[in-house]
Amino acid sequence: MANASATTDAVAPVRSWIPVVALAWLVPGGGHFLLKRYGRGGLLLLSVASMFLLGLMMRGPMFQPQGGDLLTVIIYYGGFLGDLASGLLYFLSVWLGYSQPDVAGHVHDYGAKFLVAAGLLNVLAMVDAYEIAIGKKD
Amino acid sequence: MPKLSVSHFEAALLFAIFSSIVLGVVSKKTDHDRLRYGLRCFGYFLVALFAVGWIMYLGHG
Repeated sequence: MANASATTDAVAPVRSWIPVVALAWLVPGGGHFLLKRYGRGGLLLLSVASMFLLGLMMRGPMFQPQGGDLLTVIIYYGGFLGDLASGLLYFLSVWLGYSQPDVAGHVHDYGAKFLVAAGLLNVLAMVDAYEIAIGKKD
Repeated sequence: MPKLSVSHFEAALLFAIFSSIVLGVVSKKTDHDRLRYGLRCFGYFLVALFAVGWIMYLGHG
């Protein structure tokens, strides 16, 4: 019985969750809106967008992929992926010319962390939307 | 876009608020449990914030 359930989960049709996850990535909370979870989607949108905007207002620098020693690669590639996970918020800010140099100061430093954290929170929202889409979660 | 200048405490508090909301929303199955879990996460953030703050203050000498 457990095997049958696992098989059902494994073959959840891609068409049922790909649009949800894609929208959840591009627009924080968008996957939940598509699944008609408006309240939760609204809270996710509010939280992720606020975190991202606070990061911009603190003039946090965006991470760019950068080579070098292992730690540098992990930090800069990881940070870039975290920034990218915010979806349209990231693309819009880059397209509109946001380019903050990495300068010293705790506010800038917090800003960079807020920008990455917004993306990571959006990843949690994407996973939640995926689980709802495949029926694993209510 | 206005420039925002915050203290360490304010930044950590803002981080705690928004992170707790997301953790609450994505974690549990009922709204009641989500609210409780979000509040609990926020409480944990605050406890950690004050504890680490005091450790750094005392450790600094």
